[in-house]
Amino acid sequence: MKQNNIILNGIAASSGVAIGKVFVLEEDEFLVEKKEVSGIQIKQELNRLKDAMDKTKIELEDNKKELSKVLGGNYAKIASAHLLILNDPMVKGEIIKMIKEGVNAEYAVHTVVEQFSKTFDSIDNDYFRERKHDLLDVAKKVMRNLFGKTKKSLDSLEEDSIVVAKTLTPADTVTMKEVLIKGFVTEIGGKTSHTALVAQSLEIPAVVGLKDITHQVKQGMTIIVDGNLGLVILDPSEETIDNYKREYEIQISNKKELEKFKDLPAVTTDGREVILGANIENPEESRSALRHGANAIGLYRSEFMYLSRKTMPTEEEHYQNYSKVAKMMMPYEVIIRTIDLGGDKIARLGLMNIGREANPFMGLRAIRFCLKYPEIFKAQLKGILRASVHGNIKIMYPMISRISEIKEANRILEQAKEELRKEGKKFKEDIEVGVMIEVPSAAIISDVIAKEVDFLSIGTNDLIQYTMAVDRVNADVAHLYSPMHPAILRLLKIIIDSAHAAGKNVGMCGEMAGDPAYTVVLLGLGLDEFSMSAVQIPKVKKIIRSVSKSAAKTLVEQLLKCSNMHEIDITMKKFKYKQNFF
Amino acid sequence: MKEQNVKIVNKLGLHARPASLIVQTAMAFSSNIYIIKDEIKVDAKSIMGILMLAAACGTELKLRTEGTDEEQALEKMVEIFNNGFGEEI
Repeated sequence: MKQNNIILNGIAASSGVAIGKVFVLEEDEFLVEKKEVSGIQIKQELNRLKDAMDKTKIELEDNKKELSKVLGGNYAKIASAHLLILNDPMVKGEIIKMIKEGVNAEYAVHTVVEQFSKTFDSIDNDYFRERKHDLLDVAKKVMRNLFGKTKKSLDSLEEDSIVVAKTLTPADTVTMKEVLIKGFVTEIGGKTSHTALVAQSLEIPAVVGLKDITHQVKQGMTIIVDGNLGLVILDPSEETIDNYKREYEIQISNKKELEKFKDLPAVTTDGREVILGANIENPEESRSALRHGANAIGLYRSEFMYLSRKTMPTEEEHYQNYSKVAKMMMPYEVIIRTIDLGGDKIARLGLMNIGREANPFMGLRAIRFCLKYPEIFKAQLKGILRASVHGNIKIMYPMISRISEIKEANRILEQAKEELRKEGKKFKEDIEVGVMIEVPSAAIISDVIAKEVDFLSIGTNDLIQYTMAVDRVNADVAHLYSPMHPAILRLLKIIIDSAHAAGKNVGMCGEMAGDPAYTVVLLGLGLDEFSMSAVQIPKVKKIIRSVSKSAAKTLVEQLLKCSNMHEIDITMKKFKYKQNFF
Repeated sequence: MKEQNVKIVNKLGLHARPASLIVQTAMAFSSNIYIIKDEIKVDAKSIMGILMLAAACGTELKLRTEGTDEEQALEKMVEIFNNGFGEEI
């Protein structure tokens, strides 16, 4: 076999290297096999087609009813069009003709739909060309009914694999068999996409933003993922494989080396101690946090409780979840971020009927959603309050952009407390309340905000996106997402100085806190708490233990004088050279 | 067999909604009903066929009906075309 080391460049989303076999996660696509049929089998195939189409018809009719109920008549018309497509005599006629000529139903549907979509591709008008997706949507439903199964998911992995997908969603990763996954490669995404976060927490390499990769690889072929350089290598030569095997060994021994830092304090050479916390999504992750040496949960992403379910979590469920974490982490603090979901997501999850938004990222999200639906918010707050007797729990409101939101949220918190008092349930009266600073307006008025709350936590992922107007999962602009942009450094300084002036602690729970490249800068800015994906803790701790606070402060003073990224780069390089590390 | 030329008068042309209306209207007749644009002939009961014509506002088409109720069918079809499918003209 010819070995040709095809190197593809993507975005490095999680460090490390891996060699393994490809597992392509199909996006509702099916592996269609052609089978020749004859005689009685033809009749059977026609019946299978009819059954699948009947089932699809029922689904579409249900969908239509649902749509007209929720969104009104106009949307139901789209569903009606889908019903007409299903019954389209031309498409259906072609499919039946093919089956009668002696092939299985799946192959006939697949082939006919492909032919039609090719015809549509040649139309010289965007609107009409896009109509092929309506046909594909309907065909997908028919296919699913023909196969009688849903898409091949990550729980069907059977051997060590490198997962290749268009994109990975929480719904995909929630069912995966972690031990078998050696790496991720996706078409969509940036450094802080869901894929990146999951890969980092599993300590496996990930390369994202590789357009069309799902079509360039085949199920079971061997590839190399290099999450350090952001490369994927197809058809690797023996020499390349050997080199990467060595890299892999080095990676393993580095990991062992870092484990030594687990039980050492995060203290600088001149005695400044900071808190290193972990960001978690479910109670079980507290174990991994502790194993990596976390002495806080700086961010509990409570919204993960809302995924993969059909009803809103109850107060009791909130209580159970948070108590579990609180007990496991005691005496360390656990900061629970209240629901950080957008209305769009909640609607999509089917939890509530909320209209579509043109721009959900700037829409009804997080605290805005909570204040609009105070009952949902209150159920969560009551759960948190009750859990507060089992450990060191703190509350954090996300996406605050003005003072009145804090006051309004606190008013609902008071109501929640009052209700619990009446119900005779115990809670910690003086539970600490903080806010996330992730909207530029909040950063700018952080001096006023700091007086209203017990602590601040900087959510750099969104703060940077909102400040720089960059969508970090958009591969075309992801490179503009720069934590070291002078504007961001200045904002961070404003926030940290404001918190300290008010005598409050300030943490950071964005990706920046867990990236060793920024540790010294954040230390120099005076950050009190760093919260990150658990696996990053030893790396960040190693750096903190190797520098002095005063050197970090001097570096920051120089950085703040820089007028552009290039100067910042040079200043950083000089510093690293002098310190002789990383 | 009956034939008549029509012109698309609604602003958006034969997009999904008018195409649905055409199919639903055609289904009510037993005749074969065709829409002909230049060299392309499609079944008026096939929504994908109609969409494939990618017929914009101003396009001239020929309607053809064949069958026992061809006269009524043609009359009804011409009517919905001329009304711009009840859409903005």
